[in-house]
Amino acid sequence: VENVRLLDRLSSRKAALGTLYLTATHVIFVENGSETRKETWVLHSQISSIEKQATTATGCPLLIRCKNFQVIQLVIPQERDCHDVYISLIRLARPVKYEELYCFSFNPKLDKEEREQGWKLVNLNEEYIRMGIPNNYWQISDVNRDYGVCDSYPTEVYVPKSATAHIIVGSSKFRSRRRFPALSYYYKDNNASICRSSQPLSGFSARCLEDEQMLQAIRKANPGSDFIYVVDTRPKLNAMANRAAGKGYENEDNYSNIKFQFIGIENIHVMRNSLQKMLEVCELKSPSMSDFLWGLENSGWLKHIKAIMDAGIFIAKAVAEEGMSVLVHCSDGWDRTAQVCSVASLLLDPYYRTMKGFMVLIEKDWVSFGHKFNHRYGNLDGDPKEISPVIDQFIECVWQLMEQFPCAFEFNERFLIHIQHHIYSCQFGNFLCNSQKERRELKIQERTYSLWAHLWKNRADYLNPLYRSDHSQTQGTLSPQMAPCNFLYKFWSGMYNRFEKGLHPRQSVTDYLMAVKEETQQLEEELEVLGERLMNLQKSQLNDNKIKSKQQDQSKQLGLSISNNSLANTPQEYSNDLKSFPSRSSSQGDEEDSALILTQDNLKSSDPDLSVNSDQESGVEDLSCRSPSGGGCLPSEDSGKDSDEAVFLAV
Amino acid sequence: MLRSSQPLTGPNRKRCREDEMLLATVLDEGERGFIIDTRSAQAAKQARMTGGGTEPKSFYLRWRRLHRPLERGRPLQESFIKLVEACNDTSINMDRWLSRLESCRWLSHVKAALSTACLAAQCMDREKANVLVHGAEGTDTTLLVTALAQVILDPSCRTLTGFQGLLEREWIEAGHPFHLRCARSAYSHARLKQEAPLFLLFLDCVWQLSRQFPFSLEFGECLLLTLFDNAYASAYGTFLCNNEKERRVGQGENTHSLWAWLNQPGERKKYLNPLYSHNALVIWPSVEPQSIQLWQGLFFRWIRSSQYLDEAWAEIWRLVEGN
Repeated sequence: VENVRLLDRLSSRKAALGTLYLTATHVIFVENGSETRKETWVLHSQISSIEKQATTATGCPLLIRCKNFQVIQLVIPQERDCHDVYISLIRLARPVKYEELYCFSFNPKLDKEEREQGWKLVNLNEEYIRMGIPNNYWQISDVNRDYGVCDSYPTEVYVPKSATAHIIVGSSKFRSRRRFPALSYYYKDNNASICRSSQPLSGFSARCLEDEQMLQAIRKANPGSDFIYVVDTRPKLNAMANRAAGKGYENEDNYSNIKFQFIGIENIHVMRNSLQKMLEVCELKSPSMSDFLWGLENSGWLKHIKAIMDAGIFIAKAVAEEGMSVLVHCSDGWDRTAQVCSVASLLLDPYYRTMKGFMVLIEKDWVSFGHKFNHRYGNLDGDPKEISPVIDQFIECVWQLMEQFPCAFEFNERFLIHIQHHIYSCQFGNFLCNSQKERRELKIQERTYSLWAHLWKNRADYLNPLYRSDHSQTQGTLSPQMAPCNFLYKFWSGMYNRFEKGLHPRQSVTDYLMAVKEETQQLEEELEVLGERLMNLQKSQLNDNKIKSKQQDQSKQLGLSISNNSLANTPQEYSNDLKSFPSRSSSQGDEEDSALILTQDNLKSSDPDLSVNSDQESGVEDLSCRSPSGGGCLPSEDSGKDSDEAVFLAV
Repeated sequence: MLRSSQPLTGPNRKRCREDEMLLATVLDEGERGFIIDTRSAQAAKQARMTGGGTEPKSFYLRWRRLHRPLERGRPLQESFIKLVEACNDTSINMDRWLSRLESCRWLSHVKAALSTACLAAQCMDREKANVLVHGAEGTDTTLLVTALAQVILDPSCRTLTGFQGLLEREWIEAGHPFHLRCARSAYSHARLKQEAPLFLLFLDCVWQLSRQFPFSLEFGECLLLTLFDNAYASAYGTFLCNNEKERRVGQGENTHSLWAWLNQPGERKKYLNPLYSHNALVIWPSVEPQSIQLWQGLFFRWIRSSQYLDEAWAEIWRLVEGN
């Protein structure tokens, strides 16, 4: 469709004119104009909702909201075209079969061997071995080898030594969705562990011997403690209501030696609404400080983030400080349980704060333990009530921790943002379907590529320059303050306002420091090389002088010319390096999303605003265009009418 | 950019030919001027009743007046006190924290101050117009705007020395009554009438700029905290008294200059920003609410440990110096 306008969210008068294309996998807007030919690419998988707004004199507006928080506002001149686009997008954004998804056509031009290697990058068996398992207390069980016991669990589960197959099977029958207690993390310093499950089908009074034995087995696997914690991550009221439906929670009277604890985290519906409200705040045009803060509080989003974090902190403390094992569950044990277990693991074990370790963590607690990616993130068209930003919340918890402990993580904010992006993009096969069983049935590993390999290949973009493995912040457990600490939770504009370049510092400190670090390294290496050469030269010159006294001048000349040649080479490299040293210009921030750019040649960043057509100076774009006044960019004479006021309106 | 206090128009719309001529001569042939009045239109009008007022349009041709009300005086001090109380209140849970923060209004004041300073800068840089800033007395919000505008516009005000010079010119010599304004700070029960944290508001705005432009200021947060401390209680005479006249009497030979102390080679390093690189351009901040953050380094200074952030800062120094 031609003559389409792409509006800028912040300044409604700034619009780009161009052509809109719809392909099988993307929506593409190509800007007219000889110089820039800027392209905006949006994957259909990313589209969360499409809104057709009332036709105005300028055309028919279409609003596309994406799961990665990008909001695209188009104005299509003809109403009929707009309607066609709208209908098409609705269909394209709601695939019915997995095969429609991008990952099945995405071709990064790797051979079969490379594809396989990519999938092998993250290996959970190796991870459990790293933890120290199997050992005297824990073992692998193949009881679920054909998914016969629990179809949302992996084929290999780790259980206490004293948990026989009989106990496991019996316990699974007493747990919602058959998700019996299994090991998530083993803390070898004191043998405490984090286990996870779903809620017991206890109703008001039902009991199950095997399930009680299962918990005892977990307790016995930690000889250093007489008790285990059982943590129910639901609000007490919800858990109690579940009892009426024949489910519920563990009764301390029936399970020997447990300490039961509720840590109320709200359910997926509350979280979905919370995000919705927060995004509405983000869409406000020129909100006042009051509007923003009230809106943010009203959404409850940061409150929920804090609740998840507090739960993780509680469990990490129980394990590290009290030496007690913890069994975590919610209702089905695949949402809040996953969040809380992975936050706790991250706090306890510095390995998970490395890039590789983080990939392993997600693979372990989210992918292998059957988090319902398809239902939660809408790979395929499904029940809208299943959609919920569960992993988004976990990723935000990690970001909040990064802000509090800037030296503790090997990876940077961009890593998190790109992971979130790809959970929704369906460009790679890691986050498809609802369980390992479904993924194996679809032969995901033979037909798609692994995100982890892609990120690993580009890992230079994702490093945190402040990370040092020998730094005190990276050793041992992280202990965030639990209180007072409300103020420690910040609004993550890097994620929720990701595509609004005007809101973020144009100059990336991370990129600059990484470049500094690299340059220092290169210089140090060069210094070494030069040092060696100097030594060799001095040696050879010495020899020359000793042996050939009559040819002294000649050899000196030789020595000089050799040294000249060798020196003549290095300044060139040096200055090349300098050239690649990022200049602190206003365009610096644009490279941020470059690693997101798909490896296929013709694919571009989905970043809508790579333009430097705004202010040449560093900082925000041309402010005068944000003026709501219809007239020019001049601040008008003050006549008391707010609508005439220029840009910086008083609050 | 000029600054002054309010014209004494009064209820009878008095004129002053000299004042009109002065402002007329500022404008060259064809140039325009903007008057940024830091009072609301209504407050400015009411000021006439007590002898003050605004510049009448007809006598100040080619000058356009804009009103950008900025909070000052008692209400600003209350805002500050409420914020400090909220930060110290351990009983607030996350449910109520943001609305409590909002009710202090401090961040709104930061947003308004930055917006107004940007407006002044925009008039000069974009519209190539002259700007006159005044409120009522010309000693509070006026200085806030003119000083901030210069940090935004002028790279030389962003160096350590340049910033000190700016403070000397736009705050100290310009007659901001430090002695009255920075008397007891937020904890005191003595609610002094003349006390108001304009200077702190200025420092907060500068901190916001340093966060949005991490490479553009030669100094870091440490300097801003030191200035805050010394404005209220100091071993040095720099922020003493209320104006030049009072200082002439007391200071000079009797006290030491804070700048002399700060600029010593050993001390100076503490206040520098390792990421600094001269930026010749104007720095236009974003004043969207998401871009304005609570200055944790100041408001939580004694409440939470800054250990991890300090370590990060040390690491940055290490990386830059290693290079």
